[in-house]
Amino acid sequence: MSNTDFIIQVKDLTKQFGTFTAVDHITFEVERGEIFGFLGANGAGKTTAMRMLCGLSYPTSGSGTVAGFDVVKEGEKIKRHIGYMSQRFSLYDDLTMMENMELFGGIYGVKSRELKERATALLHKLEFIEERDTMVGSLPLGWKQKLAFAVATLHRPEIVFLDEPTGGVDPITRRQFWEMIYQAASEGTTIFVTTHYMDEAEYCNRISMMVDGKIKALDTPANLKKSFNAASMDQVFRILARDAQRGD
Amino acid sequence: MRGFLKFVKKETLHILRDSRTMLIALLMPVVQILLFGFAISTEVNNVNVAVVVPKWDEQIRQSINKLSSNPYITYKGAIAEHEIDQNLRSGKVDAIVVFAHDFDRLMTQWKQNGNGKAAMQFIMDASNTNTAQAGAGYLNNILAGELMQSNSLVETHMLFNPQMKSAFNFVPGIMGMIFILICAMLTSVAIVREKETGTMDVLLVSPVRPLTIILAKMTPYFILSCINLTTILLLARFVLGIPMSGNLSSIIVVSLVYLLLSLSLGLLISTIAKQQIVALLISAAVMIMPIVMLSGMMFPVENMPAVLKPVSAIVPARWYIDAMRKLLIQGASFGLILKDFLILVGMTLALLAIALKNFKDKLE
Amino acid sequence: MDTSTLAIEVNGISKSYGTVKALEHVSLEVQRGEIFGLIGPDGAGKTTLFKILVTLLNADEGNAKVDGLDVVADYRKVRSRVGYMPGKFSLYPDLTIEENMEFFATLFGVTVEQNYDLVAPIYKQIEPFKKRRAGRLSGGMKQKLALSCALIHKPSVLFLDEPTTGVDAVSRSEFWDMLHNLREQGLSILVSTPYMDEASRCDRIALCNNGRVLDIDSPQHMVEKFDGKLYGIKAHDMYALLKSLREENSIANCYTAGEYHHLLADSGFDAQAIEQRLVDLGHEELEIKPIVPDIEDVFIKLLSNEQH
Repeated sequence: MSNTDFIIQVKDLTKQFGTFTAVDHITFEVERGEIFGFLGANGAGKTTAMRMLCGLSYPTSGSGTVAGFDVVKEGEKIKRHIGYMSQRFSLYDDLTMMENMELFGGIYGVKSRELKERATALLHKLEFIEERDTMVGSLPLGWKQKLAFAVATLHRPEIVFLDEPTGGVDPITRRQFWEMIYQAASEGTTIFVTTHYMDEAEYCNRISMMVDGKIKALDTPANLKKSFNAASMDQVFRILARDAQRGD
Repeated sequence: MRGFLKFVKKETLHILRDSRTMLIALLMPVVQILLFGFAISTEVNNVNVAVVVPKWDEQIRQSINKLSSNPYITYKGAIAEHEIDQNLRSGKVDAIVVFAHDFDRLMTQWKQNGNGKAAMQFIMDASNTNTAQAGAGYLNNILAGELMQSNSLVETHMLFNPQMKSAFNFVPGIMGMIFILICAMLTSVAIVREKETGTMDVLLVSPVRPLTIILAKMTPYFILSCINLTTILLLARFVLGIPMSGNLSSIIVVSLVYLLLSLSLGLLISTIAKQQIVALLISAAVMIMPIVMLSGMMFPVENMPAVLKPVSAIVPARWYIDAMRKLLIQGASFGLILKDFLILVGMTLALLAIALKNFKDKLE
Repeated sequence: MDTSTLAIEVNGISKSYGTVKALEHVSLEVQRGEIFGLIGPDGAGKTTLFKILVTLLNADEGNAKVDGLDVVADYRKVRSRVGYMPGKFSLYPDLTIEENMEFFATLFGVTVEQNYDLVAPIYKQIEPFKKRRAGRLSGGMKQKLALSCALIHKPSVLFLDEPTTGVDAVSRSEFWDMLHNLREQGLSILVSTPYMDEASRCDRIALCNNGRVLDIDSPQHMVEKFDGKLYGIKAHDMYALLKSLREENSIANCYTAGEYHHLLADSGFDAQAIEQRLVDLGHEELEIKPIVPDIEDVFIKLLSNEQH
C-alpha cells in the first residue's frame, strides 16, 4: 500500500494515561477524498485518538501517518497540513469575519495577497460578503459554524478534522453545513468528522465505531446496517455501545 | 436552622477540598508577617563604610572603633583618596568618611569653642536616597554625637517604637490587606463560581431565601478570617515583639467589624461580576491597589497630595489600619479610635445595604 | 394533586434582551402527566422560556402559570413545586454524589430518605459510586445525578433544559426511558432538546425557532399532516446529484439528509422523468423512492414557509 492512496494510515495506535488505556491498539486507514465518520460513546477515546491524529498528543505506542507525516515524529508538520474545527474553539468573537480569516490564514502561512483573494472568494461563496466587517460575536450560530469551516479550509489542507461541528444548529443550517462538507470532499479534501447525531453518520462514506478505546466496527453505513440487521445507524450504535464498560 | 447548617457544611467542604486555596488563605498572613517583619524592612541596618585617613592619630583610631562596633555599620577598612570614586561606583561601600589631615586639632577646637572648621566629610552613595539619608544620620550620630550632646538644641525621643522597627508599622497594614483579600476576594469568587456553573439558578429556584444563601456563604470565610486574626495577633506579639499595649477586646471588636465590612464588599462585587475572573479583577483593582497606595500602609496619608486625601478617606482599610496602629503600637484607649470605629461601622452598614439590595433572587 | 388545572399555561409571553427578541408572543399549554418537548436549535428561546417559568426571569409581556400558580405573583410557591435542571452542568463537582443529593434535599427542606421511592429507579444506578465526586462522573452519570437532585423534593412539574445535549445516543435513550417512568408516576415534564430525533419520545411538542413557536402538536400528527410528497434520492456522487436537482423546476426544495437527499415535490413533479434526466446527466447508481417525512422534514418545511 502506498501513502498516496491513504491520507490516514495508523497501526496499533495506543495512548495510555497511567494505567488507563484511553486508546487501545487502533488500526485503520482513511482514503483520500473520503468523508470518514469517527463515532463512539462518551469516553470511548474518540477525542484522545483525534488529538493523536492531529499531532497534539504523542501516542504511547503504535505508528502511522497523517497527510504523509509520521504521527510520532512529525506532529508539528501534521499540524501545518491539516485543518481543524471544533464546536468549542472556533473563531474570535471580537474580530470581524475578514479579520478572523486573515488571522487564521496568516497562522497557517498563506501569503497575504493570496489570502485576501481566497478569503473574499470564500465569503462570496457563503454569501457573507456583505457582512465581511461584522463582528463574529454578533452572528447567528449557524453562520459562525459555516465561517469556522471556511476558515479551517482556508489554507487548502488535504484533510480537515471536524469535532462535533453541528451541535445545536437548526436543521436547515445543519444541511447547508453538510453541503459544504460534500463540496469540499468533491474537490478532493478528506473529511474526518465526529458527531453525536446518528443520522449524520449516514452522510459519511465510511464509519468507524469506537467502544472502550477499541474500534469495534468500520464499514460503509449501508454495510453496517446490513451486518447488524438494523434499520438505522442509531440502532447499530446502540447495539455496539450496549456493552461499553466505561463512561467519560 | 438545620438547613442553614447544612448549607454552611457544604460551603466548608468546598473550601476544604480546594486545598490549594485554603493553604494560601491560611499561610498568607504568616508568610507576609514574617516577610515584612524580617526580610523586607525600610530600616537601614547595614551601611558599608570605608574611611580615608591622611594621617593616623589616636582621635581617629577612637572614631573608627566607634564606627566598627556599631551594629548598623559594617566597617570596610581604610582606602586611599583616589580610590573613593571607584569604591562607591562598584557598590563596595555605601559611604566614605574622609578625615581632615588635622582632625585631631580641629576636634579639640570644636570641643572647646563649640564651633570651627569641618573636621570630616561624609561622601554618600545617594542612588538609594533612603540608605544615603539614614546612613548620613547614623554617621552623624556616631562620629559627631558627643559634640552634639554637649551643646544640643534638639533632643529627640522615639516613642512607641523606640527602635523604629518597620515591622511595627507593617503589621496593621498587613491586617488591613489580608482580611480584605480573604473575606472579599474569596467570598466574591465563591458566589460568582455558582453563577458560572449554573448552580446558582438551582439555588434561586429553591425555596431558600437569598439571605440564607449569602449568610451561609459568608460563615466559613468569616471563621477562616478569625483564625487568621488569631494567627496574626499571636505572631505580632510573640515573634515580632509588638507591645500590644492597647486593650485586646478593642482590637478584636474593631477587627470583627472590619471582617464584616470585607464580607459585604465581597458580596457587592459578586452581585456585579458574572465570571470568576471578573470578580478577581475587580477585587484587585478596587481593593488591593487602593489599600497599598492610599490606606497609609506604605505612604503616610498626611503626605498625600490634596486630591488624593479625600479618596483615601473612602478606603476602609485606611481607618482600620489607623485604628490598629493606635491600638497595637500606641496602646490607645477605645475613646481615641472611636472615630475610626464609627466610620468603619457606617461603611459596613452602607455596603451591606447596597449589596443586599443588589443581590436579587431573579436574574435581572 | 389538583387535576383540574393545567401543569403549565403560557399566554403570549414576550421577552427581549436589548434589541434581541428572545421570545415573541409564545403561548402553550402542558397537560398534567404529559411529556411536552420544546424542540428547536440554539437561539430558539428555549432557555429563556424555562427561566421565566421557573421564576428566574420576568417576562416583558404576557403571563404564565405553573401548577395553577402565577409565576410572578406566586413565585415563592412556584419554586417549591418545580424541579429544575438547567442546561449547564448544575452540580457541585467538588462534592460527592451523596453530598450533592443531601444538599439539594435540605435546600427544599426534605431528606433523601423521605422521597427515596421517587428517585430510587434513577439513583440506584449511581448509588454504588456515591462516594465519588460529581466532577469525576461520566456524562451519563452526571445526568442521572442531576435528575435525581431535581426530583428529590418531589416536584409536581419537572423542567429539563437540554438534558441530553452532548450525551451519546445510548445514554440519551436511557434518559428518555427514565422520563417515561416518571410520567407514569404522575409528573408533568417540560423538556427541551435540539435533537429532532428525540421529538418522537414526547407526547406533544412545540417546534420553535428564533423566539417563536412554529407549531404545536403530537409528533405523530405533525408528521401525518405534512402536506406535500417527499422523496428520497441517492446516487454515487451525492454532491453532483444535489447540484443537478437544484436545476429542476418541479422540485420545491431539496436538501441533504444522510444516505438519501430529500426532495419535496412541486406541481408537475414526475419522478420517472427526473430519473431519466439524471441518468442522461451521467449520474450512476441512481435510486429514487417516496418516503415518509420525519420531524426534521416538518421543521424544515415550516421554516422555509416562514422565510417565504
